[in-house]
Amino acid sequence: MVARDWRRFWPVYLMILPVLAYYILWCYGPMYGILLAFKEYAPRKGIMGSPWVGTKYFIEFFASPYAFRVIRNTVLINFWNLVIGFPLPIVFALLLNEIRHTGYKRTVQTITYMPHFISTVIICGMLIDFTASDGVFGEIIRILGGTPVNLLSKPEYFRSIYVGSDIWQNLGWDSIIFLSALTSINTELYEAATIDGCGAFKRAIHVSVPGILPTIAILLILRIGAMMSVGFEKIILLYNGLTYETADVISSYVYRKGIVENNFSFSTAVGLFNSVINCILVVAANRISARLTETSLW
Amino acid sequence: MIKQTTGEKAFSVFNYFLLFVISIVCLYPIWHVAVASVSDPLMVFSKRGFYLWPLGELNLRGYKLVMQNPNILSGFLNTLFYVGAGTALSMFLTIIGAYALSRKGPHWNRLVMKIIIVTMYFQGGLIPFYLLVKDLNLLDTRMSIILPIAVNTWNLIVMRTAFAAVPESVVESAKLDGAGDWRTCWVIMVPMAQATVAVIALFYAVRMWNEWFNPSLFISSKTKYPLQLLLREILIKNDTKSMTQLGSVGQSQQESYRLLVKYCTIMVATIPILLVYPFLQRYFIQGIMIGSIKG
Repeated sequence: MVARDWRRFWPVYLMILPVLAYYILWCYGPMYGILLAFKEYAPRKGIMGSPWVGTKYFIEFFASPYAFRVIRNTVLINFWNLVIGFPLPIVFALLLNEIRHTGYKRTVQTITYMPHFISTVIICGMLIDFTASDGVFGEIIRILGGTPVNLLSKPEYFRSIYVGSDIWQNLGWDSIIFLSALTSINTELYEAATIDGCGAFKRAIHVSVPGILPTIAILLILRIGAMMSVGFEKIILLYNGLTYETADVISSYVYRKGIVENNFSFSTAVGLFNSVINCILVVAANRISARLTETSLW
Repeated sequence: MIKQTTGEKAFSVFNYFLLFVISIVCLYPIWHVAVASVSDPLMVFSKRGFYLWPLGELNLRGYKLVMQNPNILSGFLNTLFYVGAGTALSMFLTIIGAYALSRKGPHWNRLVMKIIIVTMYFQGGLIPFYLLVKDLNLLDTRMSIILPIAVNTWNLIVMRTAFAAVPESVVESAKLDGAGDWRTCWVIMVPMAQATVAVIALFYAVRMWNEWFNPSLFISSKTKYPLQLLLREILIKNDTKSMTQLGSVGQSQQESYRLLVKYCTIMVATIPILLVYPFLQRYFIQGIMIGSIKG
């Protein structure tokens, strides 16, 4: 049976081989390196030869004041990003859906999708310029009668800058999926609602929103699943010593401890903690979404 | 035609206006940088804040400085290489892998699929990844940018779904004509699923264009820097010294040119994308749709 399978499908297996090799090397290779979290890394001895230290580095991490700080920051940044960043594209799609003038609609779409195509480095470069005390935001503060400060040097503003710029970049782009879900709603439903005496607002609440609810549910779950693993590039580009208090998240801490301070074993341990949390979230999200799609298909 | 009540008309007007404001907010930062990049640097330096129109005389000296800078040129060429070679390799691996995994007969396909899916749930983490690249002697090589991210699981699954949707009868008749799997993949499957192939290629290309983090870990010689990493030096780490060698000009003029060069660099690195984006917009949207149907 196995031999026949090989004889018949060897060209297919040959074609899988490079991809399988990629996954073994680049995805499973690093998993072997996780051993370091339980070892005292000695560069000359390699991963295998380094002595075991058990859970020393986990204890060191959780006993340090940084553990609470980075976990809190990770949760808070992602929480606000979800609570504010998730509903806005839905509202935006609903508003856009009410525009009857096709040319106007297209123009708004093209313009609002555009920021999505600007690279992270450039977004952060512009943010640093705009948030400087003499930048665009400084000017707004001056107009409103305040004293301009360098916003990126104030820990209390970091989350707002992070979440705000994320919304600026993705508001339009994230609305695409809801917009297409809206266009697939049966127009007869709208007509029936109108005959029943519903105005535009009621039609949106009673027809549009229920129509895209499955899409909303799935995307929300997927987003929660990816919650703890997103966006650390932007944090590394924007934070500095003054804002670590609110800006330092688990992944940026892993980066700083490991790559900047060469504390490989400690960093691997914290990274493993992060990976495990991510894994739990993704598994939970997938379970729920599988159950939801099943029931919604009845 | 549905008759609108007064309230609905008022909402409609408000809605048009609101979306106008949102569009302006999306557009303004780019406009700001564009306008500042062609302004008189001294005036930009002394008057920050909002710009609607270039300050002073139209000035292209910043662009000249950026264009003359050998680092920017080499960054562009490097990125071009990484995008070209990286996308080609990614597409090659993704297409043959997706074809093979889309076949329903082979007994081991399900296991391979499981091996691949597991990596979506669990990753080794930053330091083990860094040490792997180091142990493979890939530090400071161009391969370290291309190889580790060659296959994207999401793209592989989307491509596999597209190949699986090609009618089995088409594959069967190709087999009867004597085409092996290799030929079937490239001559039948790829053209049949060309929309998805194009979208996936686009996604790989954009990802490589934006890549800066892995290069910042692995690449130490400036001659191999991709554009984005160079941009980080200029925009984030504020290192424009090498770019503004203006000889005998005064300190404040140096400072103002440094600012101008920043704006010009942003424009030079963004214009190519913003120029092609409206033409490719359709494909990107298609890509989101394909991905979401799968998800």
